[in-house]
Amino acid sequence: MTAGGWLIMILSVGAVTALLAWCIYKVMSLPDEVDRLHGFEIETPDEREEPDRSPKP
Amino acid sequence: MVAYFVSFLILGLSICWAEWTMGRYGGRLGFNSAPGILHAITRHPVGRYLGVLGVLIPVSIYMYYVYVEAWCLGYAVNFLAGNMRFESVEEAGAFWAGFIGLAENGTAFRWGISQVAPYLVFVFVLNFVLIYRGIAKGIEWFCKFAMPTLVILAVVVLLRVLTLGAPDPAQPELNVHNGLGFMWNPSKTVLQERIELPDGSEGWRDLRELVRPGVIEATRAEIADNPELRIERVSIWTQLGNPQLWLAAAGQIFFSLSVGFGVIITYASYLGPRDDIVLSGLAATSANEFCEVALGGLITIPAAFAFLGLAGVAGGTFALGFNILPMVFAAMPLGDFFGFLFFFLLFLAAVTSSLSMLQPGIAYLEEVMAIGRKRSAALLGLITALGCGFIVYFSEDLKAMDTIDFWVGTFLIFCLATVQVTLFGWVLGIDKGMREAARGAAFAIPRIYRPIIKYLCPLFLFTIFVMWTLEQVFGVNLTAGTREVPGYVKDLFGDEPNLVARLSVMLVVTLAAFLAILAARAPKYSEPIREPEDAP
Repeated sequence: MTAGGWLIMILSVGAVTALLAWCIYKVMSLPDEVDRLHGFEIETPDEREEPDRSPKP
Repeated sequence: MVAYFVSFLILGLSICWAEWTMGRYGGRLGFNSAPGILHAITRHPVGRYLGVLGVLIPVSIYMYYVYVEAWCLGYAVNFLAGNMRFESVEEAGAFWAGFIGLAENGTAFRWGISQVAPYLVFVFVLNFVLIYRGIAKGIEWFCKFAMPTLVILAVVVLLRVLTLGAPDPAQPELNVHNGLGFMWNPSKTVLQERIELPDGSEGWRDLRELVRPGVIEATRAEIADNPELRIERVSIWTQLGNPQLWLAAAGQIFFSLSVGFGVIITYASYLGPRDDIVLSGLAATSANEFCEVALGGLITIPAAFAFLGLAGVAGGTFALGFNILPMVFAAMPLGDFFGFLFFFLLFLAAVTSSLSMLQPGIAYLEEVMAIGRKRSAALLGLITALGCGFIVYFSEDLKAMDTIDFWVGTFLIFCLATVQVTLFGWVLGIDKGMREAARGAAFAIPRIYRPIIKYLCPLFLFTIFVMWTLEQVFGVNLTAGTREVPGYVKDLFGDEPNLVARLSVMLVVTLAAFLAILAARAPKYSEPIREPEDAP
């Protein structure tokens, strides 16, 4: 690998690592942020209750 | 990597934030599926039909994703059973081919510890039991511990890969250092051949890349008397002018960030008005990027280069990991244990992904058919079982899977991503969209993203889409100026069409028609849409 290759690799890996570290820092340092942060929660509201939405006669 | 990071900053983050924002906004209007949300945003029937893509894509991808999920589980079990101690990549490749039924259609359904069928049945049933009985929460809790473990394990594997050196002493040039160079060196050296362009003029076409000094010199001496071949050094600027590079970078961004899939928009619709979608989107995106750039890419490509050489890497697909990683674990102490752990954790991660791919379909059927979650899950289970059975039966050369992956996993994702970011910038409106995104957020989306989302991103996507269509559908080589009908199009419309490819496309079209008919008849989409009182 050339010096340019090393430079691009270090910059790229460093950039994504720094971005992730910053996000983790923000999540951990802001009050109540953990409760307001969401991903693909497997349990969705339609799972908690099974509404009968079929048409009433 | 420059193209990749530019694509990440312009496309990845823009589409990600647009999807999160439109999803939550649609959820506050009472819709939880992409057709419903886009119908609510456009206030026009065309919105629901465009939104059908947001159901068609995850449901179609789920049909083959569970197949790959079963590979992970099968590999974990076979590591545990001590069946993965290979001497060469050829042995590892032969095991993989036999395991998934690559040689002949129907052979994937054979039963045995080294056959995919029992794992596929288990995985398929597991997914639907989890989602039907509503016990997936347990898996989610378990993954909170399992996923960090997977990251730590990936770091261990990475360290082993970086210390592999040259696995074959007879071929010292096939080493990890050169593999890293193939991946990261900004300038490339390529072997080119002279060709005649359609207009009669002369041009040059890349034959292969030369990465090792010894090979470059040997090739230079070899072609010295051949005027039809030449060696060219390609600078980073020349590479950035190559449309194929941008196409590949954008496609990789879509797939790795799950943008343009229809999944994010569905999950965001369940969020409350004070949830932070800006940091949620950025955190998820940055975690994905870290795993892809700093772990996955640094493990697979250099290892593949060290074991297979340049030809193996260049012709590689996602199957590369299943051929190469067993060789890496074979070169590690406690390789069977680490191999089992790695593939089992990968399997768990895949389960959470496949469950997330089901939710858009379940939410859509609930919405348009006015049925409960269990009936919706059961109907979707039937549809995906038929589709999955089709894909796995036609396992020869993975033709069915490859065809659907191309037309849905690449082509339609481009379409949906373009639709979503255009609707966000021009129909929902950039001002309203930004205000909606900022609700509950720890910080607002940077102002620079206003012109990026409204102008640059759609233009960028449209340009890439046109180039992609010219290259991949019409077969125009934008670099060389030549034209050759691509295999995927030949399979459908060529003189000797491929029956499996045609059936695969027919399967997707039938599913699309079914979903569109449901959208047309859904009573909910005829009801008036009321803005929430706290609308931005």
